Amino acid sequence: MASMFALANPKRFMDASAQFLPWLVGAAALALAAGFVLGFLAPPDYQQGDTVKIMFLHVPAAWTAMMAYGLMALTSLFSLVWRHPLADVAAKSAAPLGAIFTVLGLVTGSLWGRPMWGTYWVWDARLTSFLLLLFLYLGYIALWNAIEDEVRAARAASILALVGAVNLPIIEFSVNWHTLHQGESIMRADGPQISTVFLWPLGLSALGYTLLFLALWTVRIRTEIMQRRARSLMLGDHA
Amino acid sequence: MSAVLEMGGYAAFVWPAYGVTVLGLGIAIAFTWRAYTRAKLRLEGLEKQ
Repeated sequence: MASMFALANPKRFMDASAQFLPWLVGAAALALAAGFVLGFLAPPDYQQGDTVKIMFLHVPAAWTAMMAYGLMALTSLFSLVWRHPLADVAAKSAAPLGAIFTVLGLVTGSLWGRPMWGTYWVWDARLTSFLLLLFLYLGYIALWNAIEDEVRAARAASILALVGAVNLPIIEFSVNWHTLHQGESIMRADGPQISTVFLWPLGLSALGYTLLFLALWTVRIRTEIMQRRARSLMLGDHA
Repeated sequence: MSAVLEMGGYAAFVWPAYGVTVLGLGIAIAFTWRAYTRAKLRLEGLEKQ
C-alpha cells in the first residue's frame, strides 16, 4: 500500500513504469500467444464442439472488462477521498480500454450463444447487467469529455464510477438468477469443473488479457501525464 | 485443412469471434500507441522551446 502511494507521484510513476513496462509487454505477449495457440489446438468439447474455442476469447475479455471497472472504481475512490494526483489520471485512462474489452465480451458471447442457446441475445440478468457495464464506461468517458474543468470532471466521473461499481457484484452473481448463462465453473469451492485440457488455455488467455490490459493502462497513464504536462507548459507560455 | 476451416460446422461463429478479437485488441494497441507517441513528441517539442 505504501509503495502504491509512493507511485502516486507522476514523476515517480514515469520513472518506475519506464523500467517495468517492457517486462509487462513481453509477459503479456508470451501469455497471449500461448493462450491463443493452446486454445486454437484444444479438442472439441463433447457438448459445445469447436465453439469451445470462443470460450478462450470470451471469458478472458469479460473478466478483464470487469477487472478494469473494479480498478477504475478503486482509483476513483482514491481520487475522491485522498486526492492523489495520479488517481483520476489512472481512472480516466482505464475507461476506454475497459469499454473495448466489454465490447469483445459481448460480441464473442453472442457468437457463442447463437449455436449453443439458439439466440444471439436474451434480456436476462447476466447479459443485461454486462451490457449496462458498457453503458457505464461510455457514460464515464462522455462525462470526462463534457466538463471542461479537469477537477470538476474528475469529481463527477469518480462519483459515477463508484455508483456504477454496484453493477459488478450484480454481474458476478447474476449467473444464479434464472439466466441462460451457465453457472460458475472455475472459481468454485470444490475446484474447477472443466477439464484441464480447457483450463490451461483459458488460464493463459486470461493471464494474457490481464497483462495486456495492465500494459496498455500503464502506457495510457504515461500518455495522460505527458498531455497534462504539455498543457501546463503551454498555459505557462501564455501566462 | 478444410476440417480446420469448417470448425466442426461452427465456422460461421468461431472465425468471426477470432476476427473481432484480433480487431478489438489491435484497435486498443494501435490507438494507445498512437496517442502515446503523439503526446511524447508534443511534450519534447514544448520542452525544447
